[in-house]
Amino acid sequence: MHSHGGELAEGSPYRIPSRKLTMWLFIISDAITFGALLFGYGYLRTASSDWPTPFKFNPSILNVMIMTVVLITSSLTMLGAVDSAKVGNKAKTRRFLWSTILLGTIFAGLHIREWFGLIDEGVRLFQNPWGSPLFGATFFAITGLHLLHVISGVVALAVISRGFSRGWLTPGHVETTGLYWHFVDLVWMFVVPLVYLLNISK
Amino acid sequence: MAGSAASKNVIAKYLPVYFVLLGIAALEIFLAYQHFSIGSLLAILLALAVCGGALAVMYFMHLAEERRSLFLTLIPATIFVLLMMNMIWSDSFRLLHMKPFPH
Repeated sequence: MHSHGGELAEGSPYRIPSRKLTMWLFIISDAITFGALLFGYGYLRTASSDWPTPFKFNPSILNVMIMTVVLITSSLTMLGAVDSAKVGNKAKTRRFLWSTILLGTIFAGLHIREWFGLIDEGVRLFQNPWGSPLFGATFFAITGLHLLHVISGVVALAVISRGFSRGWLTPGHVETTGLYWHFVDLVWMFVVPLVYLLNISK
Repeated sequence: MAGSAASKNVIAKYLPVYFVLLGIAALEIFLAYQHFSIGSLLAILLALAVCGGALAVMYFMHLAEERRSLFLTLIPATIFVLLMMNMIWSDSFRLLHMKPFPH
C-alpha cells in the first residue's frame, strides 16, 4: 500500500546533476545581463551622431585578435581538463587546468594593457578626446564585466585544480566550472564585433 | 595512459569546431575593414557571432549531447528575452534624429 520515498521520487527531467543545472541557470541569467549591457551600448551608439571610432589595427585590433585566439584555445584546454577528470587522470586534469589558467591570465593581462593604452589616450568613464562622452562608460562597463568574469574564472579554476588533485572535488565540479569558462569565451565572441569591430578607425 | 589517450581524442574531436570559431573571428575582422554601412556591418557581424556562439554552446558546452528538454527549457526563453530587448531601437533612432515623441 505504502510506497517508499525512493519509489515516489521522480528522476530529473534533464538527467543532469543539480549542480550542472544550477550552472546552466546562472549562465542563462548572466547571458541576459550581458545582453542587456550590449543592447544598452547599442542604444547609445545608435543615438549618438559623434560616437568615437578609436580602435586602430595596431595595437587595438591586433591585441583583440591575440586575445581571441588565447581565449578560444583556453576553451580547448578546458575540454581536455573535463575529459581527463572524467576518466580519473588527475595529473592530466591538473596540467590542462593550469594551461587554461595560464591562457586566462594572459588574456586578462592583454586586456588590462588595452585598458591602460586607452586611458593613456585620455579615455575616462565620462570623457574622451574624440566624441560622445558615454563611449568610455559603455566600453569599460562591458569589457570590465567580462574581465571580472575571466579573473573569477581563473581563481575558480585554481581552486578546482587544487581540490580535484587532493580528492575533495569531483569530475562534476571540473565539468561545471568548464561550462562557466566556455560561457566566458562565448560572451567574448559578441563583445569583439559589437564593441571593437564596429568602432574601428579606418 | 587511458586518460591521456582520451584527452587527446577529445581535443582532436573538437579541433574542427575550434578552427571554425577562429575562422569566424578572422572573417569578422576582415569584414570590419570592408566598406559596409554601419547597419549592414552590424547585421553581418551579429549573424557571425550568433553562429560562433551556437557552436560554442552546442559543442564546447555539450548542449547538443544533453536531453532535448534542457535545450528547450533554456534556449527559447533566452532568445525570447533577448528579442524583447530589440524594442529599444525605434527610440534610439528617434534620438539620433532628435525627433520628439508624437502627441
